[in-house]
Amino acid sequence: MASEEHRQHVLPASIYVSIWAILMFLTGLTVFVSFIELHNWNIVLALVIATIKATLVVLFFMHLYYSSKLTKVTVIVAIFFLFLLLALSMTDYLTRGWLTNQIH
Amino acid sequence: MATSDIEIAEHALQHHFASMDQQRETSTFGMWLFLVTEIMFFGGLFCAYLVYRWTYYQAFVEGSQTMNIWLGATNTAVLICSSLTMALAVRCAQTDKRKLMIVLLLITMVFGLAFLGIKAVEYHEHWTNHQFPGPNFQFDAAEAAGVNPQNVQIYFSLYWAMTGLHALHMVIGIGLVTWIVIAGARGMYSADYYSPVENVGLYWHFVDLVWIYLFPLLYLISKKHGG
Repeated sequence: MASEEHRQHVLPASIYVSIWAILMFLTGLTVFVSFIELHNWNIVLALVIATIKATLVVLFFMHLYYSSKLTKVTVIVAIFFLFLLLALSMTDYLTRGWLTNQIH
Repeated sequence: MATSDIEIAEHALQHHFASMDQQRETSTFGMWLFLVTEIMFFGGLFCAYLVYRWTYYQAFVEGSQTMNIWLGATNTAVLICSSLTMALAVRCAQTDKRKLMIVLLLITMVFGLAFLGIKAVEYHEHWTNHQFPGPNFQFDAAEAAGVNPQNVQIYFSLYWAMTGLHALHMVIGIGLVTWIVIAGARGMYSADYYSPVENVGLYWHFVDLVWIYLFPLLYLISKKHGG
């Protein structure tokens, strides 16, 4: 018993296979919906599906769901800084035409 | 911790750690910190993609028409399968199934090589069609579509840079798995000590993650597929 205490929690193999099946399904789905004309919603849908896939990989394949709070905070901070990089860059490019009629 | 467990773990426990738990936690944390730098590393390219896609959207649509969606989708599936075998290999390390772990790692490598093979087919096609940024870049479809070929070239610059950097990570990943296979065959890992297997697994899944975003962003920009 003491031996199991200091070992990491082992997930049943069925969890990995289930996650794999969902990821394969979502890959098919993202290709399928890309053939349907949804205008601006195509990219939104593609990114939502990609983010669901990424979340599943991080939580289960990479065991983040079962990791320590320190590791969880580290990943959340990384996502926050990536968002900061993308969002603050776009505050420049998206607003360039606002004050004059020039686009660039 | 019982005395017998300390004896089992002794060979793997480094003197500067209080326990195997602390050692493993430190190791996982360190690997995640490295992955954070990788996220920001790829993040710069994703940011460049976002800016130029927003600025030259139509040119990006034209560029993405030359992508073979089926090869891209197959490669996505190949990487997901490789992530499954990698996750199961780590599980084998946790449960002391050493032979099965090595078999699963070898299958993971085969998937990794299959990914690079399919990517090479795509690269060859783009290369022979002059879809490589530089003096020989050509994009005849640009004029008919009413876009500047120079802007399509930006799409291809990002395509080669992002998928190229990703492919480099795949090559490094296959190298790391080779190391784990050799060390595993020598009996270096047990249920008490398998941090290298776990960390190479984290790296492998991260590379899969990057592709999960690259595939829709580069291949699935607009529904004009096959047209």
